[in-house]
Amino acid sequence: MAHNPGDAAGRNGTGRDPLDVAEIRRDFPILSRMVHDKPLVYLDNAATSQKPRQVIQALVDYYEQTNANIHRGLHTLAEEATEAYEGARAKAAAFIGAAGPDEIVFTRNTTESLNLVAYTWAADNIGAGDEIVITTMEHHSNIVPWQWVAERQGAVLKYVEFGEDGTIDLADVERAVTSKTKLVSMTHMSNVFGTINPVKAVAKIAHDRGALMLVDGAQSVPHMPVDVKDLDCDLLAFSSHKMLGPTGVGVLWGRREILQKMRPFLGGGEMIEIVGREETTYNVLPWKYEAGTPNIADVIAFGAALDYLTALGMDRVRAHEIELTTYALDKIGAIPDVTIYGPKDASKRGGVVAFTVDEVHPHDLGQIVDYDGVAIRAGQHCCQVLSSSLGVPATARASFYVYNTPEEVDALVKAVEGARAIFAAEVSSVVAR
Amino acid sequence: MSLDDLYKEVILDHYQHPRNRGQLSDPDVATRGHNPLCGDEVLLAVKMDGDVIQEIAFGGRGCSISQASASMMTESVKGHPVTDASALAGGFKELMAGSGSTDGLGGNEDLEALQGVKKFPVRVKCALLPWTALLEIIERWETAGKGGQN
Repeated sequence: MAHNPGDAAGRNGTGRDPLDVAEIRRDFPILSRMVHDKPLVYLDNAATSQKPRQVIQALVDYYEQTNANIHRGLHTLAEEATEAYEGARAKAAAFIGAAGPDEIVFTRNTTESLNLVAYTWAADNIGAGDEIVITTMEHHSNIVPWQWVAERQGAVLKYVEFGEDGTIDLADVERAVTSKTKLVSMTHMSNVFGTINPVKAVAKIAHDRGALMLVDGAQSVPHMPVDVKDLDCDLLAFSSHKMLGPTGVGVLWGRREILQKMRPFLGGGEMIEIVGREETTYNVLPWKYEAGTPNIADVIAFGAALDYLTALGMDRVRAHEIELTTYALDKIGAIPDVTIYGPKDASKRGGVVAFTVDEVHPHDLGQIVDYDGVAIRAGQHCCQVLSSSLGVPATARASFYVYNTPEEVDALVKAVEGARAIFAAEVSSVVAR
Repeated sequence: MSLDDLYKEVILDHYQHPRNRGQLSDPDVATRGHNPLCGDEVLLAVKMDGDVIQEIAFGGRGCSISQASASMMTESVKGHPVTDASALAGGFKELMAGSGSTDGLGGNEDLEALQGVKKFPVRVKCALLPWTALLEIIERWETAGKGGQN
């Protein structure tokens, strides 16, 4: 199934010219809906992105024209479905600079990709007294699986603390990673601070001490060029749904030699070579890790999302977000009584802006701006360790993508001002009630 | 459904001027209510006199709805027997998560102002947080043979 990237994507070419956001917006049907009689301003992209019609159409086309199980049937539909599914794998490999499609394992999401490593590689390679090093800005999905590994196998879970500006100091990494460290796992881009972590330098430290480097790319892969050869990491996890694709598809990329040595995760159909009464030999990469019928339709539609982003050019996606984030840091920062968290320089962070407003709890803020059609996230963002380290129980978070505009940042700012007005009006305490 | 249903003046009043906010030096029972989704927290402590809630204080951090609800709750149960407090909590839960009836609130107008919260399902948990903490305190007090030890 061929899906031409949108006109928006195609027309822009691959030069350094900025994204044609007006053209891009026409590819996203949901952006024309109203919320509380106001145009939707969708600023919750770090949670999940919206989907262009090319991705939605890929799902429709698959179910209307191609639907069949893959890797089994000899009929035309099965062949077409297999080709489209494996085609998406090749696109994912090219997107992150993998050595080949066999290094791409499809999972349900980033969380499952990280858990897969915890249940396979970590189960066999981390023993009593060994160390796992993570940071205090990790998402729960990059904390809980390692707590379990530490508990089951008697390993030690060590945290590198983030600094005041929400960044990681490499000197702290140097101190934390020792010859006992078997794994360093770190987010490439914080989903709260937006911080882009120096994972390439951390990978070097990890490798110097004989440890593996696992990167949580859930926020980085959708928003900036990511090349696993350049990062020189060993494993990378990310999700389709945060990068214009459907929910229910995640990727685990691993170096071929590591994936080959790792034991399989789930047992069943597809992942086997020969099944005897007592034992089984396994399929080759990557199918060794894909037991059972996979999420065929959504993987194929994820391929359409990768086409779309590739046509836009990830360097231009990044440039667009730097520009928008600079504008947002400036405008949101100018609201009285606002605190913004994370690096102040947009070139050091992704398009994620977490902030608090004195006197307006993030929960109230999220609810009130929704009435202006503005969708933001409020709470702890699945980062309770970060939250308690920061000493801020909850924040509001605006996060951007290819279709967002400065006018939408203005709409957010106006809505936040409205929320402040509700709470600034001093209500006189009524004594006689 | 409008925002005015949520942010009524009486709610903002309790948020800005919380009643019974603080700590008790020597509580009989204390507990912590927490909503992991949003980080809202209510610390609740009571001092009993027989089966009457003699003193009650709340602390913690949270949104306007959870804090206003805590303020109203403490004001409503202070000086009342545990059975009344328990019944009121039942009435409030009925308002938020049940039939939506205000019948169980005994004509408490402040609490009735919170009925708009029901139209905002994600905020119902915020309003219920202090009441859940209250019920836990009552349960612990009763389990401890009404001697009320922490």
